[in-house]
Amino acid sequence: MSANEMTANKLMVTPSPHVKDSINTQKIMLTVAAALVPTLIAAVVLFGIRALLMTAICVASCVVFEYLFSVVTKKRNPISDCSAVVTGMILAFNVPVTLPLWMAVFGCFIAIVVVKGLFGGIGCNFANPAATARIFLLVSFAGPMTSWVSPIDGMATATPLSLIKAGQLDQLPSLLQMFLGQRGGALGETCALTLLLGGLFLIWRGIIRWVIPVSVIGSVFVFALLFGANPIYAVLSGGVMIGAFFMATDYSTSPVTEKGQVIFGIGIGFLTMVIRTFCNYPEGMSFAILLMNILVAHIDTLTMTKPFGAIFEQKKSKGA
Amino acid sequence: MSVLQKALSGVHVAHMKNTENCPTAPIPLPKEVCISMSQHMGPPCKPLVAKGDQVKVGTVIGDSDAFLSAPIHSSVSGTVTALEEIVTAGGAKCQMVVIATDGEQSVDEQVKPPVVENHADFVKAIRASGLVGLGGAGFPTHIKMNPKNLSEVDTLVVNAAECEPYITSDYRTIMDRSQDVLDGIAAIVKYVGISQVKIAVEDNKPKAIELLRKLTKDDPKIEVCALKAMYPKGAEKVTTFETTGRIVKEGMLPSDVGVIVENVTTVAFIGKYLRDGMPLVEKCVTVDGGAVAEPKNVTAPIGTRYADIIAACGGYKKPCRKLLMGGPMMGIVVPNDSYPLLKNNNAVLALDEQQTVVQEEQPCIRCGRCMHACPFHLMPRQIEKAAEAKNIAMLQKLKVMICMECGCCSYVCPAKRNLTFSNKMAKNMVRAATAKK
Repeated sequence: MSANEMTANKLMVTPSPHVKDSINTQKIMLTVAAALVPTLIAAVVLFGIRALLMTAICVASCVVFEYLFSVVTKKRNPISDCSAVVTGMILAFNVPVTLPLWMAVFGCFIAIVVVKGLFGGIGCNFANPAATARIFLLVSFAGPMTSWVSPIDGMATATPLSLIKAGQLDQLPSLLQMFLGQRGGALGETCALTLLLGGLFLIWRGIIRWVIPVSVIGSVFVFALLFGANPIYAVLSGGVMIGAFFMATDYSTSPVTEKGQVIFGIGIGFLTMVIRTFCNYPEGMSFAILLMNILVAHIDTLTMTKPFGAIFEQKKSKGA
Repeated sequence: MSVLQKALSGVHVAHMKNTENCPTAPIPLPKEVCISMSQHMGPPCKPLVAKGDQVKVGTVIGDSDAFLSAPIHSSVSGTVTALEEIVTAGGAKCQMVVIATDGEQSVDEQVKPPVVENHADFVKAIRASGLVGLGGAGFPTHIKMNPKNLSEVDTLVVNAAECEPYITSDYRTIMDRSQDVLDGIAAIVKYVGISQVKIAVEDNKPKAIELLRKLTKDDPKIEVCALKAMYPKGAEKVTTFETTGRIVKEGMLPSDVGVIVENVTTVAFIGKYLRDGMPLVEKCVTVDGGAVAEPKNVTAPIGTRYADIIAACGGYKKPCRKLLMGGPMMGIVVPNDSYPLLKNNNAVLALDEQQTVVQEEQPCIRCGRCMHACPFHLMPRQIEKAAEAKNIAMLQKLKVMICMECGCCSYVCPAKRNLTFSNKMAKNMVRAATAKK
């Protein structure tokens, strides 16, 4: 073949760089989904096969809602980025295993269409879809959203935080039971062990940074001490573990700078403990995440990076 | 400076140094060379020859009165056949001298070793040699050697990091021409008055580090610094910081902090030039990429068309989809393979179909990877947004002018956004806005 045929005026012109990393949005989302699988298995072991059914229904309805929304709004079909799968899994993990399925589907509608889609889709939503949907369901269906079952005997039970609130301290599970998830709670939030494993996996894979989980868990610990609660118990109860590793670290709804992430994490830990200690609700993680989500844009502006070698004018010395 | 200054980041790009063990070989003399009048940073030269003129190797064929310029010499002996127009990589138009070679390669009588006794002679000789920074930017070397604050300049950083993937021409310079490198260093030390020399090499070139350490072990002034192999350790400001700890602030040059940074091949050229007086007429380039049959390092006369260079490397083995001048991170695409070799060219990459897959831009997911990859801690996504909004004040606050367009942000973006390009556009926007004032 002649040299002419080999180039034949078909050369491309693109801006540099001409190589790209193999990472993409879909790979990131699938890695997060994979990190949630151990917790899903734990949920099935603890709460039975309905946990799997609940997760499957939530994932399917999130994906369907995402697709339908793109059809209705005539946007590019975004389901291949798999972010709806992650939203579905996390939402399922945030509801009681006994929740009627149609309510869960309604939660998915809130998460995908109202919280995410209407604000511009992936990367544009300011509030965490799963946390907001949980709050929405809690406010709308207070009864079904707070009827917990015990993973040990399948009987109706209360969450450890409600028990503390009610002063029934003798019925509290032990710390080991708390760590393994043998307590009342939403189906994917109880097993601290698998959530921790999943979170560490994400940090190891470079999907999330350690800053938010450490500052959330650290501040829950510290504020529990200050408010006179058992700090280890505070960290293992409620939605702290799933919130710290999987919900507060949501890219769209958390600050990008490290400094900002510390402020964000401490804010969540503080608000969680304030709500738990001083408010009517026994659990405050989703409220805390949502409240801090609202501040993210401001935190980002306040914590802009200082570029290498940048010169900042102290004050305007000369008139413009 | 603050001890809390964070280490400069970057990205890990596959090194692809396929040609590191290929010593450079000269290519067969091409029938024709096209010598561009714009081969340095600064205004282009004016041609000093006309159609029909006879030229020899080393004959000055272009020069300029501008401060930021370097003369251009003929790389062959032969006859000027045309003065044509060429579109430079930057998009501007300039003239190009086309010379038909006569195969003699007879050397111009003017070419003789320069007589250098002091700093002024040295700078004059360097200018006469037509030398520009051979690492890529093409900054005229004589200007670097003659800083305003000469007495404050105490450090020479020899940049042999060669952090761009594929390129091994600097590595071959160290391995094949180590004496030239040492002579060049000695000359700069002597005439510019340097008290310490740092040779920066990425640690993916252990043989080069070992060789340089062996050769310089008796000279306490010279230190060979092994830099962690991470792109872009060879960027001027990054290399300066990594070797000396000095921070070149925005809008400043390394000489403002007492440092001269020179590419290793530039230094080697100085060493050789002071011996034989032959101006910059040929260049060693790495020829690689999926479409090239025999990737290797070659020496070619300045102005050789890419087609001739690639033909000397076995031609194309697959259809070429993209032709690059320089490495894949910062290299510039050329429109076709009749483009000529320039002084500051260190690689010719012919990429095939597989290496040129264009991925669709997707929405930003705010993962922050661009910000963490940026060696200078800029916020590329925020810059992109400010540029979309044409918010000049915000762009200035985000310090977009510090961006050196190294490509790290685009490289790591999972949404495949062209952040480096949007930074470049944003810089143009700020330049246009400040020029108006």
